[in-house]
Amino acid sequence: MVATNFYLILGAIIFAIGAVGVLSRRNALIIFMCVEMMLNSVNLTLIALSRQWNNLNGQMFVFVIMAVAAAEVAVGLAVLVSHFHHTKTANIDDINVLKW
Amino acid sequence: MDFAMIFFILVGALSVGAAVGVVTAKVAVHSALFLLTHFVTLAILYITLDAQFLGAAQVIVYAGGIVILILFVLMLVGSENLDTRAGYRSWVPYAGLGLGAVLVAALGFAMLQTPLNPPVLPANLGGIPPVVGVYLYSQGILLVELVAVLLLVALLGALLLARRNPQEQDEGRGR
Repeated sequence: MVATNFYLILGAIIFAIGAVGVLSRRNALIIFMCVEMMLNSVNLTLIALSRQWNNLNGQMFVFVIMAVAAAEVAVGLAVLVSHFHHTKTANIDDINVLKW
Repeated sequence: MDFAMIFFILVGALSVGAAVGVVTAKVAVHSALFLLTHFVTLAILYITLDAQFLGAAQVIVYAGGIVILILFVLMLVGSENLDTRAGYRSWVPYAGLGLGAVLVAALGFAMLQTPLNPPVLPANLGGIPPVVGVYLYSQGILLVELVAVLLLVALLGALLLARRNPQEQDEGRGR
């Protein structure tokens, strides 16, 4: 069996790649995808530790995170589409209506 | 190095490669397809971790639902309208890369502090659907109820937000 550390480090690498994507890309949809990647890396970490400690609470949390991710994507994409109807852009540098 | 380790390295490399592809792809649709590959490799990793139920849920919810939803919106919005246009602040990707390297170093250091060996006890609870289902509906029943409420609210919220204004529609028809 593969040691849990390897799974944790893989999760850390994927989380960092997602964070880099959120910080450096300008396209709101790609930022959504990167957020999903970050959520998934946390899922991987939780499942690895769930196996490590032989405890199903981790898998229960992953279930909730999946539901939250689905809800977040639905609402987020609805906001994006609604905003796109008004401004015809999905570049986050141009989505600054709420910027003070 | 046994077979499980080689398999983990192969699938993990594919997963990281797909993740890099999501961030670096020029065309947004390519990013979505890389994301699909990434989710499927993660489902394989979940199954190697004895979480069969979550592996199946990963494929259904993420690969079958979320990626398709993102692709729909990409088609609706039109990916040619989504330029990345970071030219006037070209230092941003490098700052992101630097921060990412710091993040990997910090997380890796923290995770290597305690070596976690795989559990030796053979009586692993496992993640097969009956076990997870009984656990969810006994220990986590409140959580299941909250998730149901959350999904309902998200459904209504998405409907409310994505709906076109009726007056706007009438104006569009009149023109």
